[in-house]
Amino acid sequence: DFTGQENFGDNGKMKDYHYTGPVEHRFSPYAFNGGTVLAVAGEDFAIVASDTRLSEGYSIHSRDSPKCYKLTDTTVIGCSGFHGDCLTLTKIIDARLKMYKHSNNKTMTSGAIAAMLSTILYSRRFFPYYVYNIIGGLDEEGKGAVYSFDPVGSYQRDTYKAGGSASAMLQPLLDNQIGFKNMEGVQHVPLTKDKAVQLVKDVFISAAERDVYTGDALRICIITKEGINEQTLPLRKD
Amino acid sequence: MALQDICNFQDIFVDSSTTECPSALLGKKTGCNYVSALPFQNSTSLFNFRIPLAEYLDESPTQFGQISTSQDHSTALLQESTISCFPLPLSPPPAASSQAVPLPFPMSHGTTTLAFAFQGGVLAAADTRSSCSGLVACPASQKILPIHSHLVSTTSGTSADCALWKRILSRELRLYQLRHRRQLSTGGAAKLLSHMLHPFKGTKLCVAATLCGWDGGEVDGGHGTGGAQADLGGCMKTCGPRLFYVCSDGTRLQGTLFSVGSGSPYAYSILDQGVKWGLTVDEATSIAREAVYRATHRDAYSGNNVDIYHITSTGWTRRNREDLKEEYYREKERKERKMRLDMA
Repeated sequence: DFTGQENFGDNGKMKDYHYTGPVEHRFSPYAFNGGTVLAVAGEDFAIVASDTRLSEGYSIHSRDSPKCYKLTDTTVIGCSGFHGDCLTLTKIIDARLKMYKHSNNKTMTSGAIAAMLSTILYSRRFFPYYVYNIIGGLDEEGKGAVYSFDPVGSYQRDTYKAGGSASAMLQPLLDNQIGFKNMEGVQHVPLTKDKAVQLVKDVFISAAERDVYTGDALRICIITKEGINEQTLPLRKD
Repeated sequence: MALQDICNFQDIFVDSSTTECPSALLGKKTGCNYVSALPFQNSTSLFNFRIPLAEYLDESPTQFGQISTSQDHSTALLQESTISCFPLPLSPPPAASSQAVPLPFPMSHGTTTLAFAFQGGVLAAADTRSSCSGLVACPASQKILPIHSHLVSTTSGTSADCALWKRILSRELRLYQLRHRRQLSTGGAAKLLSHMLHPFKGTKLCVAATLCGWDGGEVDGGHGTGGAQADLGGCMKTCGPRLFYVCSDGTRLQGTLFSVGSGSPYAYSILDQGVKWGLTVDEATSIAREAVYRATHRDAYSGNNVDIYHITSTGWTRRNREDLKEEYYREKERKERKMRLDMA
């Protein structure tokens, strides 16, 4: 039986070090590899950004492990959490995309990918993929779309969403700057692509300041009808 | 096929769910042999749940995955049970007996939903906050999900469970409608959901839903209009607003007023005070709104906006989502005005 604390939060984060009595440590099939992902949808563009640090506990495994994966010409997925599950999940999604293309002779739309991912995640309801997913892309009408997921498959379409270790820090900032929440008497200006990219860069620089699992570099994928444009920006390495 | 093996998809494209039931010749409801025509006996289950056996979790990590010399030991290690979505189990599914994998993350929980029936139909209301152990995962989630034109369900519990099981329920109701040429009643839908959730009793699945619908009554198409007239007397008992509460622990209750979730005690106090059969639609809407508002005020896990759905004989209609923050300020203003009048 699993004695000791419920491991809510993350296995990698620092625990209280005082003696509580003998604790039985069970082998956990999960690990927390850190990382933050962010997606923003605009009128005719979508942005998916992630940091590139891969960590575990106190160590950094890699400084160049981006968490955005390109799925189709109009869709990018960002996965953070347990790196092993991220890799397997993206492999499965790629395989399913191929199967769909071969059977239906067309590429999957962002909405369809989101619905499919929900069922893939839920099929592992009793041994979940420990991955926080955010899909960013263009829908059939060419408008930006962001779909955010929880590890077991609950999803919905948003305008912006942050996921991963620094999500609790970034989400309120996005609520304020993009959603104009909790501000009185402010004009709601629609978000332009350049302003969105600048905002994403600023937001990640702030996240790297305060979250130890975020840093090293920032990878931004900008999705427009012309294609997917990737940019890399250095962040704090400490 | 290699790709399909990776994804554990055995026969996704083979639809072997043809029923043995002879098709209705005159549109009459035939006596289907329900044993062989169970809606989900041969269905291609979308979900093959992978349940990990507990043994491997007790193994030390150095031995994890290695094939040991003893015969039954290795078979136990390499075996993983897959439980398909709608089993006809001869033995209880292993999910209930094996230990759950300890999860490193919390699931979304916490809500206020309510529904009641009155002379004008059924009214369902819910807040929109989806919380995850202290963090608001989503301030604008949808907790009332329409299933078909005359059935709506409120969801409470784990968001993923509720969303997916609603999808499964919609699919099964649609299949039932196509096979048996009639709409399943709300009670029937509730029973279907209850039976689908039963194999997962004892697991961490958490779904507490109220199904709100309008039953159209039995319409015997074969008899034509004459039959419909004669049926009016019987129709009164079977037509009308219906409300059922279904829970993943096996509860299935019919009622006229339900409130589910962490904010339900607060909602119940408002509803018990004001809900009567003879309410008008506007009065009912304002009571539902008030109940959710008070619950969101006092319950930390409920908040943000309120969704209201109204189900009548013509189907469901949705009221525009309303931000309760405004309501809070309006009430403050009303109180201040009243205080000023009292003092003057």
